[in-house]
Amino acid sequence: MARKLPRKDVVIVGLGWTGSILAYELAKAGLDVVAIERGPWRDTATDFPPAYAQDELRYAIRLDLFLRPEQETLTFRNNASQSALPIRSFAGFLPGNGVGGAGVHWNGQTWRFLPTDFRLRSHLEERYGKNALPGDMTIQDWPVSYDELEPYYDRFEKLCGTSGKAGNLKGTVQPGGNPFEGWRSSDYPNPPLKQGLGAALFAEAAHKTGHTPFPQPASNMSEAYVNPLGLKLGQCTYCGFCERFGCGNYAKSSPQTCVLPALLRFPNFSAQTESEVTKINLDSTGKRATGVTYVDTSGEEWEQPADIVLVCAFSLFNVRLMLLSGIGQPYDGATGQGVVGRNYAYQTTSGVSLILKDKILNPFIATGAHGMMIDDYNGDNFDHSGLGFVGGGYMGAGQTGARPIQTRPVPAGTPKWGAQWKKATAETYQRAFSLSTHGSSYSYKDCYLDLDPTYKDRLGRPLMRMTFDFHDNELKMSAYLTARLAEIGRAMDPAEMTASPRKGPYNVNIYQTTHNTGGTVMGADPANSVVNRYCQSWDVHNVFVPGGASVFPQNHGYNPTDTVGALAYWTADAIKDRYLKNPGPLV
Amino acid sequence: MANIVVRSLSRRSFLASTAALIVAGSTPGFARTIVGRMPWEPGSATPPVQVRPGPWMFFTADEAALVEAAVDRLIPPDDRGPGGKDAGCAVYIDRQLAGPYGGAAGLYMRPPFMPGAATQGYQLPGSPAARYRAGLLALADHVRTAFAGKTFRELAPADQDKVLGGLETGAIVLKDVNGAEFFALLLQNTQEGFFADPVYGGNRDMAGWKLVGFPGSRYDYRDWVDQHDKAYPLPPVSIMGRSDWTVRE
Ligand SMILES: Cc1cc2nc3c(=O)[nH]c(=O)nc-3n(C[C@H](O)[C@H](O)[C@H](O)COP(=O)(O)OP(=O)(O)OC[C@H]3O[C@@H](n4cnc5c(N)ncnc54)[C@H](O)[C@@H]3O)c2cc1C
Ligand code: SF4
Repeated sequence: MARKLPRKDVVIVGLGWTGSILAYELAKAGLDVVAIERGPWRDTATDFPPAYAQDELRYAIRLDLFLRPEQETLTFRNNASQSALPIRSFAGFLPGNGVGGAGVHWNGQTWRFLPTDFRLRSHLEERYGKNALPGDMTIQDWPVSYDELEPYYDRFEKLCGTSGKAGNLKGTVQPGGNPFEGWRSSDYPNPPLKQGLGAALFAEAAHKTGHTPFPQPASNMSEAYVNPLGLKLGQCTYCGFCERFGCGNYAKSSPQTCVLPALLRFPNFSAQTESEVTKINLDSTGKRATGVTYVDTSGEEWEQPADIVLVCAFSLFNVRLMLLSGIGQPYDGATGQGVVGRNYAYQTTSGVSLILKDKILNPFIATGAHGMMIDDYNGDNFDHSGLGFVGGGYMGAGQTGARPIQTRPVPAGTPKWGAQWKKATAETYQRAFSLSTHGSSYSYKDCYLDLDPTYKDRLGRPLMRMTFDFHDNELKMSAYLTARLAEIGRAMDPAEMTASPRKGPYNVNIYQTTHNTGGTVMGADPANSVVNRYCQSWDVHNVFVPGGASVFPQNHGYNPTDTVGALAYWTADAIKDRYLKNPGPLV
Repeated sequence: MANIVVRSLSRRSFLASTAALIVAGSTPGFARTIVGRMPWEPGSATPPVQVRPGPWMFFTADEAALVEAAVDRLIPPDDRGPGGKDAGCAVYIDRQLAGPYGGAAGLYMRPPFMPGAATQGYQLPGSPAARYRAGLLALADHVRTAFAGKTFRELAPADQDKVLGGLETGAIVLKDVNGAEFFALLLQNTQEGFFADPVYGGNRDMAGWKLVGFPGSRYDYRDWVDQHDKAYPLPPVSIMGRSDWTVRE
């Protein structure tokens, strides 16, 4: 029997990016808030100080800061004809665990979606006709517009102190920025980071070939910064140990650097760590949540009653918690009926690797997010007529590090070991770098999440099952984008170049991104969405999924977290300004 | 308001007492409630524990002889610097296998174990330590049979390369062990050891980093990021520092 704790106004499941933003906003509004986090407390001084944060084996290979599959994992299959098998060690995507969530060890690539992305289906059908989209493609319009979200993007970027250069200020295109981006009410809070030689050479070649390169927006501080919560961030040192690592310099935006020290000053906030929420509890009508049940590491079960439940557990685990709690109708891949688990989508990336003739690139001088990019082939920024696909992505030259366990390029055809391998490794390291595309992943009827019939977690609950494969549309998109990128690569006059467009089938061993989206999709119609435009459950009005990427109806050609953060603020405002005054369905 | 309720033994003291065994800082600790301030405690960080020379911790003497010979073919010594053996790759693998990695700590190891598609990831029940034990035994048997009773270490380098190449391509079939998978594991761990921080027992004198020109754990390149096409001038440094920074024992 669970032991019952005193009631709170708000219980938050998970203390990562969305959880910490919601906790801060609602604690500031005077509510009694508790956040329950399955992993440990983490802070810079203890978990990734500059004395040993730069340990590739520990953090990037043994994945010290990530979720252990032993605690929770998923099963995976490419299609419904296969038996799903458990992901026994994470490789293809790397969910976070512990206070700060994946915000501790993200890169900080901080992109807004395009205005047309928010009305994707309507826009594409208007421009290319009703029959242009494949019949099994289940993309849909967002229930919120870019214009509505713009102030919230702005707030998240100011929270983070994002470094970048505006390309569109209030409708006026700005030289040096991304001319395709949606309008911005203000420039980035920090100027762009400096660029290395690889990115500079790419920018030159992109320019020469008629494109418009600009610095990638980065939540790595180009200069020391004080955010609106009064928290101080240090200057990024281009240390080259960023994604998969915590930042020892307080220079990467994260819940730790941007929210938690200010949040913990509220006496009406508390965090419960190493405690995993197992269920959202409902009252006898099934229309109201009464709180959550969680299990701590000693195996003891607790019930935390609360008036509002916020599901901030990261995209995939938001979906699993809704399924395990019986909130919303589970999606059935065979019939296409139901909503929870529907429209799981991901990302379609690809690369072009180059070996230059005689350059010294110093590829280890790197950050999670600097680099030069172009956005000419994203979304519907280019005419898709006759191309046979929709969607796109940004592309360019990032430089996220050349830590040598993982990054040691050699010319094509080099043996994998022995004398020739050693020679080639030594001679290539300084001259090699790669360009990449970051493409969209639209949603389909046969890509979804549900509960696995066979495999269980350590508490005996079913694992979630992922059924996913790349579709023709995405593979054609990747082939087209990669070919454009290779044209720019060729203009850099490399000694050698290999273009690798994304190929199917989707392989859960190959890392692309941790940009898993969908499953608790937001929408205007309860028939094809789990939450409404305020990220509020259609079925249980005091449960919100405030902005985790599980609410994305499909994934666009950008990283998710700027939109995740914007939606977190958007939902916080809806709760403070509307829900508290009149608790009930907001739509 | 500063008030931290720790329901049971604190995580940090738990970690400190097991620090020698773990690479990971986030093995299960104990639940706690955090209110009022950042719960920072002095002396609670978990730096890596330096691998010390000494007897093998996982390998038997025969296994170690085979692995030392193999890593020296995977990364042969040449005029650019030491090979896998002198760089400590076998020591690195030994200590890894004796620790949490060897025991598959943290992985999902629940049954049923079923074969799947290549896209579904590794699905066999063996831990890395068990895979080495079985793989090395089967490899030693194969060599003894194919080379008139010799051990792998006794073979000429060219023959050693032939054996390793045969495993890699699957041309050599081992008894009860997938040779190509075992080879891939051995190669992966050897290269890890060669390029990981020397604190873990390989990459001795930063041989791997010197080979490619990686400066290691320097952590601040603000003065260098826009000095294009110029070689970075400083030698590599490990988490433990550099040997010339400390007095030799
Ligand atoms: C290596 C890596 C690089 C990335 N790089 C980028 C990038 O450059 N740009 C970008 O936009 N995005 C990036 N991301 C994605 C980004 O980190 C996420 O979008 C973001 O952290 C999502 O915020 P969230 O609040 O939804 O989840 P998280 O920040 O992950 O927080 C969720 C928290 O909930 C906890 N939790 C889960 N289940 C439970 C439960 N049942 N009970 C209690 N607690 C629970 C988790 O432990 C976790 O702490 C990256 C991710 C990774 C892993
Ligand atoms: S690259 Fe910059 S932001 Fe990233 S970890 Fe290093 S210092 Fe921190």
